[in-house]
Amino acid sequence: MKLVVCVKQVPMVSELPWDAKTGTLKREHAEGMMNPACKHALEAAIRIKEKHGGDITVLSMGPSQAEEVLREALGMGADRGVLLTSRRMAGADTLATSYTLACAVRKVCPDFDLILCGAHTSDSETWQVGPQMMEELDVPGVACVEEFELNCNILRMKRESDDFLETLEMELPGLITVSTRHNIPRYVSFAGVENAFDEGQIEVLDVEAIGADPARIGIGGSPTKILSVYSPTAEKKGVLIKGSAKKAVEELFDKFGDLLGGVIGKDLA
Amino acid sequence: MTNNRREIWVFGDYRNYFQNRVTLQLIAKGKELAAQTGADLCAVVFGNDIDEWVWEYTCHGADRIYIVKDESLAQYKIEIYAALLERLAREYEPDILLIGATAFGKEFAPRVAKRLGAGLSADCIGLKIDKEERLVATAPAFGGNLLADIVAPDSKPQMATVRPGTFKEIPHNDNLDSEKIYIPLPDDLPEERVRLISSEKIPERGVKLENARVVVCGGRGMGSKRKFRNLNELAKLLGAEVGATRPVVYSNWASHDALVGQAGKNIRPQALFSFGISGAIQHTAAITDADFIIAVNKNPNATMMKMADVAIVADAGQVCNALIKELKKRAKD
Ligand SMILES: Cc1cc2nc3c(=O)[nH]c(=O)nc-3n(C[C@H](O)[C@H](O)[C@H](O)COP(=O)(O)OP(=O)(O)OC[C@H]3O[C@@H](n4cnc5c(N)ncnc54)[C@H](O)[C@@H]3O)c2cc1C
Ligand SMILES: Nc1ncnc2c1ncn2[C@@H]1O[C@H](COP(=O)(O)O)[C@@H](O)[C@H]1O
Repeated sequence: MKLVVCVKQVPMVSELPWDAKTGTLKREHAEGMMNPACKHALEAAIRIKEKHGGDITVLSMGPSQAEEVLREALGMGADRGVLLTSRRMAGADTLATSYTLACAVRKVCPDFDLILCGAHTSDSETWQVGPQMMEELDVPGVACVEEFELNCNILRMKRESDDFLETLEMELPGLITVSTRHNIPRYVSFAGVENAFDEGQIEVLDVEAIGADPARIGIGGSPTKILSVYSPTAEKKGVLIKGSAKKAVEELFDKFGDLLGGVIGKDLA
Repeated sequence: MTNNRREIWVFGDYRNYFQNRVTLQLIAKGKELAAQTGADLCAVVFGNDIDEWVWEYTCHGADRIYIVKDESLAQYKIEIYAALLERLAREYEPDILLIGATAFGKEFAPRVAKRLGAGLSADCIGLKIDKEERLVATAPAFGGNLLADIVAPDSKPQMATVRPGTFKEIPHNDNLDSEKIYIPLPDDLPEERVRLISSEKIPERGVKLENARVVVCGGRGMGSKRKFRNLNELAKLLGAEVGATRPVVYSNWASHDALVGQAGKNIRPQALFSFGISGAIQHTAAITDADFIIAVNKNPNATMMKMADVAIVADAGQVCNALIKELKKRAKD
């Protein structure tokens, strides 16, 4: 089994440093971590490898510190890490990202059996990169897979979709995106991750190395433009109530009994 | 261009219709946008037994409906649907194409966008037309902690998926009419490579968190399984559903179905009661759409307290009991 897992480094912090001018995140100021869904995808790949053998290539596009998540992936059980990094790849929307990742897959693992992506990222949250890679690579694919079973060349998958429990099948090569419901990532000790930092090399590839069309990558290859980024206007009332539980509840009803009564359809005032 | 009319399209996503009325909501919003650009609002419907939906979209305000009716389309087949919608979009060149961010829509829309080379804004919670007649879509990022206004004016159509529940539908009106355009199924569509082996409607679960008007959510600060259970009684009095954080689910105080957060459910209640929850981003990401939040925590500096409209600094279990008492009393009077 030749497996490829796409992992993205996302900022961990909730306080986010933004460049108000360009509307992009100043990633260099944010502590990074492996996107949770990507970790579930990697776990799924490792379970396939354990059962059916094979090797796992982890692929990430991002600034040079994204190497950290590739190292972490090696610590979990991946065999090979590939980092796509170039200034020209920056500012990519999902169309450009899926194109860039697909170019890299064609280069570093053209005979893949299965590509696994996370279902979504915790920063941009588009859920789009996986499905768009299916199109770019023209392979069958299923999004938000929860459980699966591999039988020879056939992947049988289960997922919940709009209140339906679906069982689906496809022949490999293919691509799935993995939800965060199952495939709970294994725990890797700090020492394990540390070791991965000493082991092996991460291959670093740029635009030319993956044979990407410079017009289709980065901000230039991205039809979507961000006009502005802002916090949702905090319309919170911010009322602080202290005191005994009984007093507090009385105060709550005095101040907001009408509002709450309206919501629950009872007269509470 | 076979079409010199300007059009805004809404994809007719009718599966699971009764839980999810996003198509009707998009028809209503699309009509508002269309009025600003002088376009017509069109729905696009694929399937077999679809007369009912065509009628429904008509009664909810669609000016024109493109219909591809064929037995082979009876079930949602994503590759065929994507190829078909791509084809129609190339032929009729709508300015804007809107798709509900249902589970299907989130997988389907990016594939269509990729085929068309179009920009797509994901899971939007706002749409408007700006002075240059561009579609400006507002998309949440970082679990709703930030919003981004996004445009894609240079690729056609301008596409967005829209979170269900964001817009209000136009009330059903039997007297409305629409132009219906029947398009025969092209005979050179690709084969579907993913086989649907079975699809079962999931029986209604006890917890209908996602759609609840009122949610009572408990965290580790409830202290014990026994105390956590009191939240059920409170929820009953409030007509609410009970949600939980991950430590609570891991400790078996509540079932996984009740998990609210990144690994669980998104909720958007009109009122949210939050008991003994610190407010980790993996949890709060899923509650940003709550209209009114009442948080109870011993620690006034907990993130959850900062997000709240009313922050009660007190013991969560005691406030829960006091609320139960008070509600019983007030409901009696
Ligand atoms: C990949 C990943 C995914 C995750 N997904 C989710 C998810 O989907 N949902 C989720 O909830 N979490 C999720 N988490 C976990 C999340 O990070 C937090 O750990 C969790 O939300 C904390 O739950 P809590 O607020 O109940 O507990 P704590 O963080 O322990 O907070 C308890 C709070 O209760 C208060 N308190 C204590 N005693 C009392 C008392 N007597 N009265 C009043 N207040 C009291 C404390 O001051 C504190 O603020 C995820 C984590 C990871 C890494
Ligand atoms: N820069 C990236 N590098 C590697 N994989 C990525 C990148 N961006 C997105 N992905 C993959 O696409 C998935 C979904 O991301 P998104 O569509 O942005 O929500 C992620 O979980 C990754 O598997």
